Amino acid sequence: LKVINCCVWDPSGEIFELKAELNSDKKEKKKEAVKKVIASMTVGKDVSALFPDVVNCMQTDNLELKKLVYLYLMNYAKSQPDMAIMAVNTFVKDCEDPNPLIRALAVRTMGCIRVDKITEYLCEPLRKCLKDEDPYVRKTAAVCVAKLHDINAQLVEDQGFLDTLKDLISDSNPMVVANAVAALSEIAESHPNSNLLDLNPQTINKLLTALNECTEWGQIFILDCLANYMPCDDRESQSICERVTPRLSHANSAVVLSAVKVLMKFMEMLPKDLDYYGTLLKKLAPPLVTLLSAEAELQYVALRNINLIVQKRPEILKHEMKVFFVKYNDPIYVKLEKLDIMIRLASQANIAQVLAELKEYATEVDVDFVRKAVRAIGRCAIKVEQSAERCVSTLLDLIQTKVNYVVQEAIVVIKDIFRKYPNKYESVIATLCENLDSLDEPEARAAMIWIVGEYAERIDNADELLESFLEGFHDESAQVQLQLLTAIVKLFLKKPTETQELVQQVLSLATQDSDNPDLRDRGYIYWRLLSTDPVAAKEVVLAEKPLISEETDLIEPTLLEELICHIGTLASVYHKPPSAFVEGSRGVQHKRLPARAGSCLLYSPAASHFMGAGLGVAPAAMPASLGGAPAVGGGLGDLFDLGGGVGMPTGSYVAPKTVWLLAIKAKGLEISGTFARRGGIIQMDLSLTNKAMSVMTDFAVQFNRNSFGLAPAGPMQVLTPLSPNQTIDVSLPLSMSGPVMKMEPLNNLQVAVKNNIDVFYFSCQYPLSLLFVEDGRFYRQVFLATWKDIPNDSEAQFQIKDIHLNSDVASNKLQGSNIFTIAKRTVEGQDMLYQSIKLTNGIWVLAEMRIQTGNPNYTLSIKCRAPEVCQFVYQCYELVLKN
Amino acid sequence: MIGGLFIYNHKGEVLISRVYRDDIGRNAVDAFRVNVIHARQQVRSPVTNIARTSFFHVKRSNIWLAAVTKQNVNAAMVFEFLYKMCDVMTAYFGKISEENIKNNFVLIYELLDEILDFGYPQNSETGALKTFITQQGIKGQPQTKEEQSQITSQVTGQIGWRREGIKYRRNELFLDVLESVNLLMSPQGQVLSAHVSGRVMMKSYLSGMPECKFGMNDKIVIDKQGKGGTTDDPGKSGKQSIAIDDCTFHQCVRLSKFDSERSISFIPPDGEYELMRYRTTKDIILPFRVIPLVREVGRTKLEVKVVIKSNFKPSLLAQKIEVRIPTPLNTSGVQVICMKGKAKYKASENAIVWKIKRMAGMKESQISAEIELLPTNDKKKWARPPISMNFEVPFAPSGLKVRYLKVFESKLNYSDHDVIKWVRYIGRSGIYETRC
Repeated sequence: LKVINCCVWDPSGEIFELKAELNSDKKEKKKEAVKKVIASMTVGKDVSALFPDVVNCMQTDNLELKKLVYLYLMNYAKSQPDMAIMAVNTFVKDCEDPNPLIRALAVRTMGCIRVDKITEYLCEPLRKCLKDEDPYVRKTAAVCVAKLHDINAQLVEDQGFLDTLKDLISDSNPMVVANAVAALSEIAESHPNSNLLDLNPQTINKLLTALNECTEWGQIFILDCLANYMPCDDRESQSICERVTPRLSHANSAVVLSAVKVLMKFMEMLPKDLDYYGTLLKKLAPPLVTLLSAEAELQYVALRNINLIVQKRPEILKHEMKVFFVKYNDPIYVKLEKLDIMIRLASQANIAQVLAELKEYATEVDVDFVRKAVRAIGRCAIKVEQSAERCVSTLLDLIQTKVNYVVQEAIVVIKDIFRKYPNKYESVIATLCENLDSLDEPEARAAMIWIVGEYAERIDNADELLESFLEGFHDESAQVQLQLLTAIVKLFLKKPTETQELVQQVLSLATQDSDNPDLRDRGYIYWRLLSTDPVAAKEVVLAEKPLISEETDLIEPTLLEELICHIGTLASVYHKPPSAFVEGSRGVQHKRLPARAGSCLLYSPAASHFMGAGLGVAPAAMPASLGGAPAVGGGLGDLFDLGGGVGMPTGSYVAPKTVWLLAIKAKGLEISGTFARRGGIIQMDLSLTNKAMSVMTDFAVQFNRNSFGLAPAGPMQVLTPLSPNQTIDVSLPLSMSGPVMKMEPLNNLQVAVKNNIDVFYFSCQYPLSLLFVEDGRFYRQVFLATWKDIPNDSEAQFQIKDIHLNSDVASNKLQGSNIFTIAKRTVEGQDMLYQSIKLTNGIWVLAEMRIQTGNPNYTLSIKCRAPEVCQFVYQCYELVLKN
Repeated sequence: MIGGLFIYNHKGEVLISRVYRDDIGRNAVDAFRVNVIHARQQVRSPVTNIARTSFFHVKRSNIWLAAVTKQNVNAAMVFEFLYKMCDVMTAYFGKISEENIKNNFVLIYELLDEILDFGYPQNSETGALKTFITQQGIKGQPQTKEEQSQITSQVTGQIGWRREGIKYRRNELFLDVLESVNLLMSPQGQVLSAHVSGRVMMKSYLSGMPECKFGMNDKIVIDKQGKGGTTDDPGKSGKQSIAIDDCTFHQCVRLSKFDSERSISFIPPDGEYELMRYRTTKDIILPFRVIPLVREVGRTKLEVKVVIKSNFKPSLLAQKIEVRIPTPLNTSGVQVICMKGKAKYKASENAIVWKIKRMAGMKESQISAEIELLPTNDKKKWARPPISMNFEVPFAPSGLKVRYLKVFESKLNYSDHDVIKWVRYIGRSGIYETRC
């Protein structure tokens, strides 16, 4: 234990001595004293009592001394806010120093002093430094904006620093650009829905230019930022990919991995038949292999990422099996990861080599590694049928070694092999039975018992074997107990005459002497089945088993997609979404891969300028061919997700049309409409009525910026002129690629419609359920953690009154509108439904709905990182359930 | 981004602690010590998550460097940064040891302030840092305005790794092609896997801001030139070219130019650095061939005969040759006879180690050994680990040849011909094994 020097009473007089030295006239002595202070600070001694004396040393033209004092200030200013003010003057003066190094030092340090009072004084110097003539000062000031934002976000916005920061993206110096990008990305992360970074083809071009010129770290900032961009079409994404691929030859592995991330993401948009797509796939393999010659820690990061890449695009590395062979002196964490990837890459073509390697590994010393290797052999057998026989004989060889944990691991995998290839390898059972006594791990015991029960008719002394386990029934783990119960019942069904006593014994052990409800329940069920209908019992217990899948431990596709968007980061190392380990609002936004071949570019650019400039030429310039695009209606919705099991989901609810624009306000044009989501496509259904005396032609529509970026995905199709008193129905497909601005209320949409007479404006509100996407099913495992993770004060509770549906019908109905029930629990007559919703912009909403039998009022609790949506989600629930 | 950086000695005492972000408290220092440095079992991962805080660590001799964060940072970047920090510290004060760190702690804090701002890595090239971070006297004061702006433009500029105004009386450069050749061969002499991983190290002592162009016998370049009918070096154009699987470059190399034209052009840092790394798998010259012969004579005796053949020009000499022949665990005694070099049975390593100081090309040498075994009732058969080899040869096993390294410096009055250039090839064994 370290001695912690308590300085308040300063027994050694050290503080007193230092104080004297700090106030010395001699420069050298002063400097030495400050050094001593810093040394004490490092080891955790409290030297805050010296604050005024140290600050007194600040006014010096000795740069080294100055830096030391600054270091001290950064550490203690927070505990001494009043005294920290004493330093302000010097800072402000230093920010004007003719030496750029000193100006930068001052602004850098000032940003690190997290005292409210000081931040006020920081604004003016910072503003100057952001526009300093020297790039070194500017690049330091750019980071300082992020620091200030961390202390006081509002202040940064009010002072207009964000705009200055955006301007720096066009700076002539690459390092200034890189730091500005880093700062903006960080600030944008805490405002998930803001359009702060405002990436468009022009800024992307600037970033790509800076990419060639800045330091290795700057390249990482820029590439990580680029990865958040959604290119408009496949051509743009190809041209970005072309400019990013040279980075794959960079010596810095992080640059390479970030480039891989950008490529993996944008590749999604390229058509697979494109030549370039194939070229890109080929270009990705060599740099990934090269990452494995880096230092061990980086290899580990690379391997964790390769594990994801191999799952997403197995074709990239399918010929590179050999590089994942384990080297004798690899650290254990590298060995384990390599093994994992080897199994994923195993195929008929390379299985012989893989097996030879695995056999070698099974004789190593590290227990975890050996176990994994043995398990891997089993997985090869299941994956590559042709190799199954060789795998089984390898496993038998390993069992012969009698190394305890090897034997146990082998038995566990052999059980799976039996399941995959029934009636093929049962000849080995005798060998397995020899090892019965040495099994001491529950998993292995359970596996062995399963085998004995499953093949009871072929094992002469099955009853004896099982009976031997029964002796210590209560000391076994639950897993083994359950397996033993089932095995004995199987045995009884196969050889009823000899085993009646045994089955009696196990049933009474399970039902009468056990505290485990699962075991008791299973025991009772078997008991009743056996006593009422032995034939049914046979059908239930000895039923044919479903096939087991070839791949194990695969990451869920939605999670995998998200992790691909996080290549190179901690999320990709942990294989968990950032929300699982990051606190607060940062990184909670779920990232998604782009969809293949989009055509949003055709319409969106005009939209942003539209409202201010009137209609202009934009709609007229639309190609007429667009009309036929996504006019898919109804029907499809029914094909989605039959997962509920009970009945068919009813389609999403569509409200009846309401009048949005009155004829008297629009020179005779009346518009009524509603919104619908059909099979993933959002539509605005409009009825246009001409109540004027003249013919109307040249219809066009535009939206103002809105909270979720709704925009028309094509022009409004009114092909024939609208005669007086005629009504026409049009469906306008909508996309989510428009510009974003928060509206009040959140779901408000301002629309402009033009015809040959004039431009008319109206606003309408869309139900939020329009934005609930089809893949909004949350991973069950993460639900609870995420639920707990969202602070309680952002939980909203609502009552939904007068609903007379049971929980299944209700959840079925909700599913029609993409509100997914992912778990259900019944507690004391109360059904608890756990539900998840995902909005088009990636916001997740979690809900818990409580339904009491006989009570028509439901209680709904909603949790979301963006609490402002809760109210609107509740409205959707009510709408859907009541209609 | 990185929230804090700690350096510990082997006991877990903090030598350096620099916190960049508010979410990292003093308790993080202790958490790492307790959970990682003082952990009972072996470290199972270089990234550890303790109470929602992530710790990245690397070890240099018995010093621990740990970066701490609470965010979803770029993990690869953090490790690259930690390595870079080690490089910078080594460049300033030599070996990273507890003593050196304690003696230089003020300098380290100053460096950390410069190369990491709010957890974002900044310019970390020693060449640039040394222009304004010095501990010998304060360079800050007598600088002229021009000097200051020269420093800042270098630190932030496109050529952050080199400072202006470097002068040498003699312009000189050294190129070392260092290769490590890896092999796994079957007892019958079939190559199971072989690859070369190579590095081109450069030591440059050049004045001014020289523009360099490096050329080697890269198959893609040679083929391209062959078609065009132009070779700038007709004497060597007949030589064989090599296929490079993949290569990476120091940040001074213009990558987009390499991507489009496959030419390697750059302004080099001053002094020693690694210009490129590469990997090849085709047409590798295997400098040695090992032919093993193991015969079991009864249950208590093994006869081993190993022949090594050198497979390169007779005029070249291989050095530091070592052959390691594994022996069973129940070996009781060994008799060795070798014609060349010295061989010894090392019981603690379960191997016969045969060392030869020098060996010319196209030669052959042999060792035979009789191994006496203790009778055991261990059913497990001896796994026969592979025979491994170590050596050093004065050529590049991949076949890589430096074709040229041209230096252009337009502002100063020296030309490519005035630069004295040295090229050296060293091939070493990586994992060079033959199964027996």
